Amino acid sequence: MLLEVSGLDAFYGQSQALYGVGFSLAEGQIRTLLGANGAGKTTVLRALCGMVRTGGDIRFDDKRISGWATEDIVRLGVAHVPEGRGTFVRLTVEENLQLGAMTRRDRREIAADIDRVYVNFPRLKERRTQQAGTLSGGEQQMLAVGRALMLRPRLLLLDEPSFGLAPLIVEELFGILRRVNAETGVAMLIVEQNAALALELAEHAYLLETGHVVLDAPAAVVGADESIRRSYLGY
Amino acid sequence: MTAQPEKAAVMPVATPALRPRLAVRHLVLGGAIVIALVLPFVAKSFVIFQLTQVMIYGLAILGLNILTGFNGQFSLGHSAFYGFGAYTAAILMHRYGVPYYLTLPAAGATCFVIGFLFGLPALRLQNLYLALATFALAIAVPQILKFQPLEAWTGGVQGLVVDQPDPPPFLPIDTDQWLYYLTLTVVLILCGAAWNLVHSRTGRAIMAIRDNPIAASAMGINASLYKSLTFGVSALYTGVAGALGALAVAFVAPDSFNLLLSVSLLVGLVIGGVGSIPGCLFGGLFVLYVPNIAESISTGLAGAIYGIILLIVIFVMPQGAAGFVRLCLGRLPRLRQVQTGSGGGKP
Amino acid sequence: MELLLHQVMAGLATGAIYACMALAVVMIYQAIDHLNFAQGEMAMFSTFIAWQLMVWGLPYWLAFILTVAVSFIGGVLIERVLFRPIHNAPILSNLVAFIALFSILNSGAGYIWDFTIKTFPTPFGTKPLFAGALIDGHEAGMIGVTLGMLGLLYLFFRGTRLGLAMRAAAANPESARLVGIRVGWMTALGWGMAASIGAVAGMLIAPVVFLEPNMMLGGLLYGFAGAVLGGLTSPAGAVAGGFAVGVIENVAGTFIPYFGRELKLTIALVLIVAVLMFRPSGLFGRREVSRV
Repeated sequence: MLLEVSGLDAFYGQSQALYGVGFSLAEGQIRTLLGANGAGKTTVLRALCGMVRTGGDIRFDDKRISGWATEDIVRLGVAHVPEGRGTFVRLTVEENLQLGAMTRRDRREIAADIDRVYVNFPRLKERRTQQAGTLSGGEQQMLAVGRALMLRPRLLLLDEPSFGLAPLIVEELFGILRRVNAETGVAMLIVEQNAALALELAEHAYLLETGHVVLDAPAAVVGADESIRRSYLGY
Repeated sequence: MTAQPEKAAVMPVATPALRPRLAVRHLVLGGAIVIALVLPFVAKSFVIFQLTQVMIYGLAILGLNILTGFNGQFSLGHSAFYGFGAYTAAILMHRYGVPYYLTLPAAGATCFVIGFLFGLPALRLQNLYLALATFALAIAVPQILKFQPLEAWTGGVQGLVVDQPDPPPFLPIDTDQWLYYLTLTVVLILCGAAWNLVHSRTGRAIMAIRDNPIAASAMGINASLYKSLTFGVSALYTGVAGALGALAVAFVAPDSFNLLLSVSLLVGLVIGGVGSIPGCLFGGLFVLYVPNIAESISTGLAGAIYGIILLIVIFVMPQGAAGFVRLCLGRLPRLRQVQTGSGGGKP
Repeated sequence: MELLLHQVMAGLATGAIYACMALAVVMIYQAIDHLNFAQGEMAMFSTFIAWQLMVWGLPYWLAFILTVAVSFIGGVLIERVLFRPIHNAPILSNLVAFIALFSILNSGAGYIWDFTIKTFPTPFGTKPLFAGALIDGHEAGMIGVTLGMLGLLYLFFRGTRLGLAMRAAAANPESARLVGIRVGWMTALGWGMAASIGAVAGMLIAPVVFLEPNMMLGGLLYGFAGAVLGGLTSPAGAVAGGFAVGVIENVAGTFIPYFGRELKLTIALVLIVAVLMFRPSGLFGRREVSRV
C-alpha cells in the first residue's frame, strides 16, 4: 500500500475541517475524492503534504509522515498540484519545469524529462521562455502538472485540475493524465468537483461531506448508482 | 450491489460567550476615564507633564493607526504632519496672535488638506514605494523648515517660542494641569470620533478597500477618493497632536520633527497594536519612557539596549500589546468550556 | 560644458557607492521580499571588523576575505535567530525588528569602537586614473568591483540551480516547498549573501566617507533610492539606479541654484518619487504580470 490514511483530523486554527478521514491508495492506482465546496477535499491534500495541523495517521510507503515538513514529504516522491496551480508567475515556463526537478541530481535525465513534458504539452514548448504569469488558465494548469511530473513522483496529488478550464482542454488534460499513469505507473489522487470526469478516470471514489467520508466505493459503482449521483454528485 | 451511503453526524463547535466581555470592557473604560480625571490632583507637576506628552504621542500614533489600520499602508512620514501641526499653531500664535484653542482646529484642517493632497498621487504607489515617498517627506520637512526664504514665518533654524496657554481664571488649577485636561478632552473627543468612524459604513468601505481593492471598486466604491480622505484624516489627527505638542513644550524647532520621530511613531504603533485605539496610548507610553529606561541602564549602549527591549517585546507580543491582551482574553472562555465539558471537539 | 562633464563623472564616482548599496538592498529583497532597513548598519559593522583585523596586523586582502566570510555567517545567524521566529508576525512587527537591529548595531559599534572618525585604506590608490582623468584609482575600483559583483550575481541567479531555488523561494514560498526546496535555508542564504555584499560595499565606501558608526546613514538612503529607481526586481537596474542617483544629486547640487546644497537629498528623493508616479515599477523593473 503506497498511501494509507486513517483517523485523519485536520484543523485550521481552532476550527476542525476533517473528522476521522480514512482511505488508501496502492501503487499505480488512480482514485478520486469528490464532494461539494467546503467539504474538505482540498484540506485532505494539504494534510497529506504537511500544510495543515493534523491528528491521526498518514503513512506513505509504510513510513509515518504525519507531522513531517512539506519539503521532506515532497522528497519522498509526493507531487502536489495545488488549488490555484501555484505556478511561479514571475519565472519562465522552462524555469518552472526545472524547479520541479529541484530535488533530483541526474542532469541528463532531467533534460530528457523536460522534453517529455513538451511532447505531452506542446503549447508549453511554444512558450518556454515566457513568464508563466502570461499563460492562459489552461496552459498554467498544464504547466503545473508538468512541473509535478518533473519530480518523477510516485504519488501525484491533483486539486481540481478542471477548475476554470474549457471542456475541450479538460478532456485533453485528463487524457494526458491517463497516458502518464499507464506509461509511468504513477499513482494519482484527484480531487474534483466535476464528478463525471473524475469517475471516468479513477477506479475508486471517496465522497466527502463536511469533513467526513460518507462514501467509499469503486468508481463504476458510484457512477452507475442514480440515487447517489442525484443526491451527492448533482447529476 | 449498491453501496449504502452513511450520513455522518456533525458535531457543532461551540463559540465562546461574548456578552460578559462587553460589559467588562465598558467598566474598564469608565474606570480609566475617572482615574484620568483625578490624576492631576494627586501627581507631581513633572509627572502630569509627562502624562500629557504620553497622550499627545498616543494621539499622533492614532493618526498613523488610522492610515495603517484602515488603509493597510504604512507611512514613514508622519513626523511631517506632526511638524506641520506644531508650526501652524506656533505661527498662528506667534505672528497673528490667534488664541491657542483656535490653533488646534486650524492645525487639524491644514494637515487634513496637506495630507489629502499628498495622498492623491502618492496612494497610487504600492506599499514599499509609498513608504519611500513618505520617507522622502520626513527627510524633506526639517530641511524645508530651515529654508531661508521662509525664515520670516518659520523662525529658521532657531524655531519659534510658543506661549503656554493660561488656565481659565475660574478654575483653580495650574498651567500643567490645564494642559493635561485640554489634551485629555481633545484626545477623548478624537478617539470617540475614530471609534465611530471604524464602526460606521464609511469605515467598512475603507476597510473593504484595504482588503480587496479590486472588489471594492467593482462595488462602486471610489477607492482613490476614500484612500486620500483617510490619509487626510490620518494627517489631521497627527497634526492636532503636533499642535498640542507645541503648546506643551512651548517651543518648535525644525530638527525635532525628523525621521527619528516618524520611526518612533511607527514603533509606538506596532508595540501598541495596529488597529487598536487604546493600544495607541500604550504605544505613547512606550515611546516616551523606554528610551529613557534604556539610557538609565547604560548611557553608552542606550541604543543597543533599546533595540534589545524592542526585540523582546516583538517576540513576546508580535501583534502588539492589544493583540496580546486579545489573546489572553480569548483563552479565558475556552478554559471555562473545557472545564464544563461542553462542545467543540472530536466526535 | 566641462563643468557638467566633471560633475557627471564625480556623480558616477559617488554613484558607485550608492550602486553598491542598492545592489545589496535588491539582493536581499529578492531573497526575502522585504527591504532590509539595517543593511547599512550591518555593512558599517562589517567594515569595523575589517578595520579591527587590520589594526591587529592582518594584511588588507586577508582582512577583506575574512570580513566577507564573517559577514556571511553573521547574516545567516541574524536571519535564523532574529527573523525566523517572527516571520509569521505582521510586516510592521518585522519592520520594528529591523529598527531594533539598526539600533543595536549602531550603538554597539559606537560603544566598541567609539565615534571618532577613522581612516580606512584602499587597495586601489588615490592617484588619478590617467593624466587629466576625472576619476581616481579608488573611484574606478569602486565602479569596477560593483560591476564585477553584479556580474557574479547575475551568473549565480540565472545560471545555477541554487540561484533558481532562491528566486523561487522568495517569489512563492509555498510552491517552493511543494518542489522540495527548504525555504527557510534559502532565506538564510539570501541574508548571508546580502551581508557579504554589504560588507564589500562598506569597505569600498569607508575610504571616501571615513569610518565611523554613522557613515552609512546617507549611503543607505541613497542606496534605497537607487534600488527603487532602478526597480527592485532588477539587480542591474539597481546598480544603474544607484549611479543615476549619484549623478542627479551632484548635477542638481551644482546647477540648481540656492536649492542645491540645502535640499540635495530631498531633490534626489523627490525626483525618484516623481519617476515612480510614471513608472511604478522603477525604470528597469519588470512589471509583475498577474491575472486577477
